[in-house]
Amino acid sequence: MEKMSRVTTALGGSALTGRTMNCHLDAPANAISVCRDAAQVVVAGRSIFKIYAIEEEQFVEKLNLRVGRKPSLNLSCADVVWHQMDENLLATAATNGVVVTWNLGRPSRNKQDQLFTEHKRTVNKVCFHPTEAHVLLSGSQDGFMKCFDLRRKDSVSTFSGQSESVRDVQFSIRDYFTFASTFENGNVQLWDIRRPDRCERMFTAHNGPVFCCDWHPEDRGWLATGGRDKMVKVWDMTTPRAKEMHCVQTIASVARVKWRPECRHHLATCSMMVDHNIYVWDVRRPFVPAAMFEEHRDVTTGIAWRHPHDPCFLLSGSKDSTLCQHLFRDASQPVERANPEGLCYGLFGDVAFAAKESLVAAESGRKPYAGDRRHPIFFKRKLDPAEPFSGLASSALSVFETESGGGSMSWFVDTAERYALAGRPLAELCDHNAKVARELGRNQVAQTWTMLRIIYCSPGLVPSASLNHSVGKGSSCGLPLMNSFNLKDMAPGLGSETRLDRSKGDTRSDTVLLDSSATLITNEDNEETEGSDVPADYLLGDVEGEEDELYPLDPEHVHPEEPEYVLPQEAFPLRHEILDTPSGPEHLQDKADSPHVSGSEADAASLAPVDSFSLLSISHALYDSRLPTDFFSVLVCDMLRFYAEQGDVQMAVSVLIVLGERVRKDIDEQTQEHWYTSYIDLLQRFCLWNVSNEVVKLSTSRAVSCLNQASTTLHVNCSNCKRPMSSRGWVCDRCHRCASMCAVCHHVVKGLFVWCQGCSHGGHLQHIMKWLEGSSHCPAGCGHLCEYS
Amino acid sequence: MRLATAANEAYTTSLTVSELLGCKQCGGGRVQDEELGIKIPRPLGHGPSRFIPEKEILQVGSEDTQMHALFADSFAALGRLDNITLVMVFHPQYLESFLKTQHYLLQMDGPLPLHYRHYIGIMAAARHQCSYLVNLHVNDFLHVGGDPKWLNGLENAPQKLQNLGELNKVLAHRPWLITKEHIEGLLKAEEHSWSLAELVHAVVLLTHYHSLASFTFGCGISPEIHCDGGHTFRPPSVSNYCICDITNGNHNVDEMQVNSAGNISVSESFFEVEALMEKMKQLQECRDEEEASQEEMASRFEIEKRESMCVFSSDDEEVTPARDVSRHFEDTSYGYKDFSRHGMHVPTFRVQDYCWEDHGYSLVNRLYPDVGQLIDEKFHIAYNLTYNTMAMHKDVDTSMLRRAIWNYIHCMFGIRYDDYDYGEINQLLDRSFKVYIKTVVCTPEKVTKRMYDSFWRQFKHSEKVHVNLLLIEARMQAELLYALRAITRYMT
Repeated sequence: MEKMSRVTTALGGSALTGRTMNCHLDAPANAISVCRDAAQVVVAGRSIFKIYAIEEEQFVEKLNLRVGRKPSLNLSCADVVWHQMDENLLATAATNGVVVTWNLGRPSRNKQDQLFTEHKRTVNKVCFHPTEAHVLLSGSQDGFMKCFDLRRKDSVSTFSGQSESVRDVQFSIRDYFTFASTFENGNVQLWDIRRPDRCERMFTAHNGPVFCCDWHPEDRGWLATGGRDKMVKVWDMTTPRAKEMHCVQTIASVARVKWRPECRHHLATCSMMVDHNIYVWDVRRPFVPAAMFEEHRDVTTGIAWRHPHDPCFLLSGSKDSTLCQHLFRDASQPVERANPEGLCYGLFGDVAFAAKESLVAAESGRKPYAGDRRHPIFFKRKLDPAEPFSGLASSALSVFETESGGGSMSWFVDTAERYALAGRPLAELCDHNAKVARELGRNQVAQTWTMLRIIYCSPGLVPSASLNHSVGKGSSCGLPLMNSFNLKDMAPGLGSETRLDRSKGDTRSDTVLLDSSATLITNEDNEETEGSDVPADYLLGDVEGEEDELYPLDPEHVHPEEPEYVLPQEAFPLRHEILDTPSGPEHLQDKADSPHVSGSEADAASLAPVDSFSLLSISHALYDSRLPTDFFSVLVCDMLRFYAEQGDVQMAVSVLIVLGERVRKDIDEQTQEHWYTSYIDLLQRFCLWNVSNEVVKLSTSRAVSCLNQASTTLHVNCSNCKRPMSSRGWVCDRCHRCASMCAVCHHVVKGLFVWCQGCSHGGHLQHIMKWLEGSSHCPAGCGHLCEYS
Repeated sequence: MRLATAANEAYTTSLTVSELLGCKQCGGGRVQDEELGIKIPRPLGHGPSRFIPEKEILQVGSEDTQMHALFADSFAALGRLDNITLVMVFHPQYLESFLKTQHYLLQMDGPLPLHYRHYIGIMAAARHQCSYLVNLHVNDFLHVGGDPKWLNGLENAPQKLQNLGELNKVLAHRPWLITKEHIEGLLKAEEHSWSLAELVHAVVLLTHYHSLASFTFGCGISPEIHCDGGHTFRPPSVSNYCICDITNGNHNVDEMQVNSAGNISVSESFFEVEALMEKMKQLQECRDEEEASQEEMASRFEIEKRESMCVFSSDDEEVTPARDVSRHFEDTSYGYKDFSRHGMHVPTFRVQDYCWEDHGYSLVNRLYPDVGQLIDEKFHIAYNLTYNTMAMHKDVDTSMLRRAIWNYIHCMFGIRYDDYDYGEINQLLDRSFKVYIKTVVCTPEKVTKRMYDSFWRQFKHSEKVHVNLLLIEARMQAELLYALRAITRYMT
């Protein structure tokens, strides 16, 4: 009687009281259910079955229903439900397939009432009829749903799910005879309790198992379902075809879903794996949860609203063996932490930007462009009482106009394309880049490059003399020196094979000739601070003039800005495109990339025994009185950060790549990675794919350099039947025809395929190139004047 | 690359079997072209399996369009039509899913580099001394640019892979011992640490190859012709025993039965099937009447668990693995141990608390997208595959038998289904069948043709292959469950 009076007060409008609290259970919970008086909760699990009273400040254990000495599987509960009409009646579903009912009114300690052992496999769910006192429904792994009348010993009717496992069953709250069931294959079925022969309606709701469903407490025919595919969907069942009304994408599979009382569009979900939080969603705003409860340390297994007419109290049980009461006002609300912003481009490059007013006001000091006209506009929206976010509706809108010409980024594109980042000695790179910058009218940048060259490459005046000195003195070194030059310049010309050989030679240190050349080259590329005098010497000394001639001699020493790559595409599997481009920077990069960075120390050590040449230059370096380059590195790093701050991340990254080891160690990995990714992002926005790929390859940061290793698959469709070709790129599974034939050699093209966009004939890149040297007509003989850009 | 000594050993054992059988000489064989002085390799053995006569197996060229498409896919993906494919094509539906999964694991986008994947495959197969798989993947490993030095032994591989050795060992033989400390050790090893995604990929690969090794031995897959042990340069000679003798023995039912399993007459083995059918029927009918008490149900599981270790065949001699294969893993003495024999109490794994459908799937799919889906499909197909036939009978509901096999394997790994009556296993699976299952799943390298022949004598070869599919999928799921549970525990 006491209980009854409590209920009436609760229903009579005097709100429930309590606080956010939790209590430790002895074992993980599998499910919870609330008594209709909102003052008691039952917790069930594999080895726990207890009733707790919910008091103001704490949970108090009221009753332990696991009695008896021996543990029984009948008590290992997968689900529990408390009758909403009779507070003495409970039902549990056991993992061994038994459905048990409990009568709390029994005088003995053992409250077990009835035992139904009709299911052959685990029962996943039990459900009482919302208004009928004696009707119980169960859904089991064996694919059957059974309806029990508690006045009888066995089931009244059995509903077959065609041997698909049933995950959830729920009586409709509004329709007396209807219940919904969800299945492991993604289906949802609607049944009439009077017609066990076949279901009223069936539709596929999810991809993979549907773990749960819940009828809307007020809106007739609204059913929320949650599945392993991480979706919560709301269906309207009143229409002849179940219509998907809302869809919420969560971050993990949805284990339970419960509509929030008194809030038409809110529902609570919890997950079965990985994610431990409970979310309350507004189904109309499917991207950000309206509220979030983060108390649990392991997955939440059961959620229940404490009272069917009170939206503030949520109870939950979890695998971490705690029972929690969550108060809505204590929930964290991700929406509040989010800053609603809108950004849109106009037709002529104008940018409109809207943000919460407070944010804009706080940042008023930062006006990016002088020519901005700012119109703070306050939106007045019709206030929707159900919309809790209306408070955010006041916002400021700014429109930025582009200055004619000033906003153009052509300098960026030009710079990106013309900068040389690797493949030449440092001094030359700096000079080249300085020249590029100057031509584009960026004098400060040009100046910076010049200074870098002075800092890192200028040997002062001593070395130029020293080289003469060394050449003159030790004529014995002339031969190895020449050798090394020849090898270096010929190697790339000989194509990939030689390169491979040579790189093998690099790793072996027994061949003297190769070793000496390798030593020189790696020194030059990696530019160890100590050893950098050597190449610098010969570059700035008398050989300098020759150097300019040497490069053009090299037929394949293609600079990145020249687009004619010759790709030996047939020789290598396309996946490993690193091996494919024999352009200048590439082969050097090969080294900088893999074993050679580490190898360079070893090389530096082996430098000594090579000949007198290196010995001499080292000795010169010893009494070279200029400041060590390390002295400047702090300054240079500051400079890089300055450029990055300014927004010229291009400069920062370019210098980083060009200077390589010298500065890399002074800037932390994360910053570098951040610069790289921003620059690569910018480059890709300007469609500078080649440059961006080069930057990726030259980067030393692991996270960046793996960017071009992922998703290297290219999906193609058959030119014949237009179906995707799944397994191989050149022959179609369906029509069994080779899709791409070369128009010149009439063989299948397995590598790069180039074709004319006018007549769609094409073939091997090299064949087409060769063909077009002699003729401008299509090689297929279709008469088209082919154009390749 | 001589890695196939184990296979050669297997041959010697099977040759002795053939001697027992009273081998007749075999005809055929390739003529050696002596005039040119070139040694022409001659295939050793006939057909893809040593257990199944060649003519029972589908001939390439006689397949229907579906199978043809499968063969084409397999060939395109692997560059060969291996013997595993040829045997599995008994069940094209499964084969399709199997190939798709394997292709995805080895060749599609994933967190691990290609050569790592093959190396992990080698590590896993080597645990069971499966020279067949080791050979195949050594080739693939080199093909994708793996460092040949690694093949000299695990200690030559990067530290990162060496760290995986322990997990490989435990997973293969005693998966129930995996704890979150194992996982933590792999994930927090300074610069050699694995990422979660990489680890899940590695775990899936390991379990895949452990169970594939089971299949290889369980169906007696012959070495590929290009691998060691797959061919011989020896001229065919009348006095030499040839592998085909064994397969020939198979056709003659009487002779086989007399020789391989003592004196069991044809009629007796015929009754075997009848008896099994009868038992299934009985179980189906009396299920509702007979009410086993809770304790009895619990004890039945324990009994089955305990008994599963006793079913080992008597010839339990320690086989020291061939050195060549063993160099891919350390601690060769570490093998399958039953829980109780080892003297420790292992808590039973309740599948209701952590199952593949609800938990494992989500975790795998989260960390290694799409693979969860593929494996899930594969499990489903394997578990639900049926042609409603049993030996010569048609229209039989075999679900009970399949479930018994599946649950028996999980039972051996300590995984318990609350809703299953383990008494059924005893009724449905006879001893020789249990010996076979146990051997294939736990110590596949000890499977002999005698074992293969002595269970379910009246059943077709395709049905025995079907059993093998169930075995390997159940094993893979069991290992995955333990590994994934440890990962989940680590994450929470």
